[in-house]
Amino acid sequence: MSKALARPDARGYFGPYGGRYVPETLMQPLDELARAYDKWSRKRAFRNQLRDLLVHYAGRPTPLYFAERLTQELGGAKIYLKREDLLHTGAHKLNNAIGQALLTKMMGKKRVIAETGAGQHGVATATACALLGLDCVVYMGEEDCRRQHLNVQRMKLLGAEVCPVDSGSKTLKDAINEALRDWVTNIRDTHYILGSVLGPDPFPRMVRDFHRVIGDEARRQLKKQAGTFSPDMAIACVGGGSNAIGLFTAFIDDRRVRLVGVEAGGRGPELGEHAARFDGGGLGVLHGTRTWILQDSDGQIATTHSVSAGLDYPAVGPEHALLKDMGRVEYESITDEEAIEAFHMLSATEGILPALESSHALAQARKVAPRLSKRAIVLVNLSGRGDKDVESVLQYEAERAERLGVAGDESDPDSGGFTMHPAARKWGGKTEEGAS
Amino acid sequence: MSAIAGVFERCRAEKRAAFIPFLTAGDPDLSRTADLMQAMVAGGADIIELGVPFSDPIADGPTIQRATTRALESGTTMSGILRLVARHRDRLGVPIVLFSYFNPIHARGVESFAEQAAASGVDGVLCVDLPPDEGGEYIPEMRRQGLDTVFLLAPTSDRERIKKVEHQSTGFVYYVSRTGITGAQQELPKELLKESKRLRRRLRQPLAVGFGISTPEQVASVAGVADGVVVGSALVSLIGEHGGSKDLPKLLEDRCRELTEPLRR
Ligand SMILES: Cc1ncc(COP(=O)(O)O)c(C=O)c1O
Repeated sequence: MSKALARPDARGYFGPYGGRYVPETLMQPLDELARAYDKWSRKRAFRNQLRDLLVHYAGRPTPLYFAERLTQELGGAKIYLKREDLLHTGAHKLNNAIGQALLTKMMGKKRVIAETGAGQHGVATATACALLGLDCVVYMGEEDCRRQHLNVQRMKLLGAEVCPVDSGSKTLKDAINEALRDWVTNIRDTHYILGSVLGPDPFPRMVRDFHRVIGDEARRQLKKQAGTFSPDMAIACVGGGSNAIGLFTAFIDDRRVRLVGVEAGGRGPELGEHAARFDGGGLGVLHGTRTWILQDSDGQIATTHSVSAGLDYPAVGPEHALLKDMGRVEYESITDEEAIEAFHMLSATEGILPALESSHALAQARKVAPRLSKRAIVLVNLSGRGDKDVESVLQYEAERAERLGVAGDESDPDSGGFTMHPAARKWGGKTEEGAS
Repeated sequence: MSAIAGVFERCRAEKRAAFIPFLTAGDPDLSRTADLMQAMVAGGADIIELGVPFSDPIADGPTIQRATTRALESGTTMSGILRLVARHRDRLGVPIVLFSYFNPIHARGVESFAEQAAASGVDGVLCVDLPPDEGGEYIPEMRRQGLDTVFLLAPTSDRERIKKVEHQSTGFVYYVSRTGITGAQQELPKELLKESKRLRRRLRQPLAVGFGISTPEQVASVAGVADGVVVGSALVSLIGEHGGSKDLPKLLEDRCRELTEPLRR
């Protein structure tokens, strides 16, 4: 068994991180969940059913794509994209949602709750519940409902009830608070499909296991397409850390591969302006797990900011904290501005609108690829598609233009009054004034 | 014997259950908390549960969430709370149990928290999201400082968990009346009386029951099957409604007296 799978220990700890810091009401049910997961995940019938759904319903394996124009543009390492954006519902989240929904059925529970930030996990859970005939309630911060309202509508169409949460910062953290309150109350008939490698044991390991298919596939595909199992570097964004762990797990024992996780640098390094837990956070306990969190000196959880809802969260998955201590994964942060630039870069050079979360990983690739040899391979997890983010991007541009005091771009009839981001002009092949 | 154990002993001699009201420290602001605790004592409090506000109170319903927000907005900190306890504990004359989430304790360092809490005169601590399973560092530090560690039991706790909680609890064991979060309820769950009777027979510590108890009738029925009755949200919502009023201590004292009426009969 690989080392990655030997983690966590029997008490749910990854080194000093993890555990089960929850109210007593949840302790016995978490035991039961861990036992159910251990039992079912070993059964061939369960694994076959899950694989069938992932293949025929969700669309696995997702392609590994050599982004040739992007590679040329950056002028360095070859960029390969693991196309989780092409998974059904548009993000990696479905791997876990289907896995846990299937487990819910096996446990004989009929009601599912979930939290969501970007809305992708909510959509994935609503989808899996529609598919398997489970009732579904999704908690979502009001701020996130606003910036990801397309996903709110999708969830409703899929038959889920969406509960807006208006406490605290009205984002992902508050949605998890509310989901936990629901779970404590309805524990007997409800399963909580947590959407990342967060929360009390067994969630971090269970969610990881459901996502490790991302890296397992990428490794085999790379061998076929590029002749090696080992990219020089693998990059993924880290909100809670599920798409990153999903990609990294297959490569952890392969020391030739540099692993890079990318957190949200937001608007800057001040507390409250970003979500870079490893870069301004400290050790703490939130939502059932002991890990790196953003907090003030009195142990109150800080508010966070990121242009991408899915990275806008004050804690990071406990396994990431251990991987950082071990020096096995390097963690970097990317600002809102850099992520938006990368969003335009990929849209224009490859015809792929990336999720703003994934744009953070792309921005990191953009930084490092030019410095690497042309023979080097950089594998980027394109965790989701960007359709949900079109409005956020437009709004960002509008605010940016206002900040800089630039009026709407009249030379561009399609700009809708916005000044196109310089990055969009550059990669969009739009004619600059006088250049035509 | 700890002061908390002493209270239960005395109540047993008086053949009544202890009354344990809850309030959030710093709601509406810390300068009023001492008066409110005093009012609770005047109204019959045997032990006070003093809530430490936390930004993400996952075990609390809307009433205590709002109290938490008010307390944090008025600038309440753990240091402020400990200073307040140090100033008033002796004058109040009843034990104080801090009711906290783990992160504010963790942030301070479990060892220094235990030292400072004990030095301030805190009698015991109940950490809502710290089951005894995660008490590896916490329990010994609390013991070293002579602080009681109160742990929770819930309707979902099985035999194994009951044993674990009993083993690590001192002062008393707190039984959560239902699966759920804090908040007043019209009716108590049907199984509650049977369950707490059963638990009380099993445990060597006194058993206090809380969550959702809000009327004198409910106090009376729980008092028949437990050693202590905790009332939280019902008092916190009174504080929320009358936070700006000079009469609040009087109102709170009267409400506590109403609630303890069945215990004095
Ligand atoms: C497309 C996409 N990528 C990444 C994330 C971040 O989550 P995680 O770090 O668990 O992969 C999200 C979360 O909503 C997402 O929607």
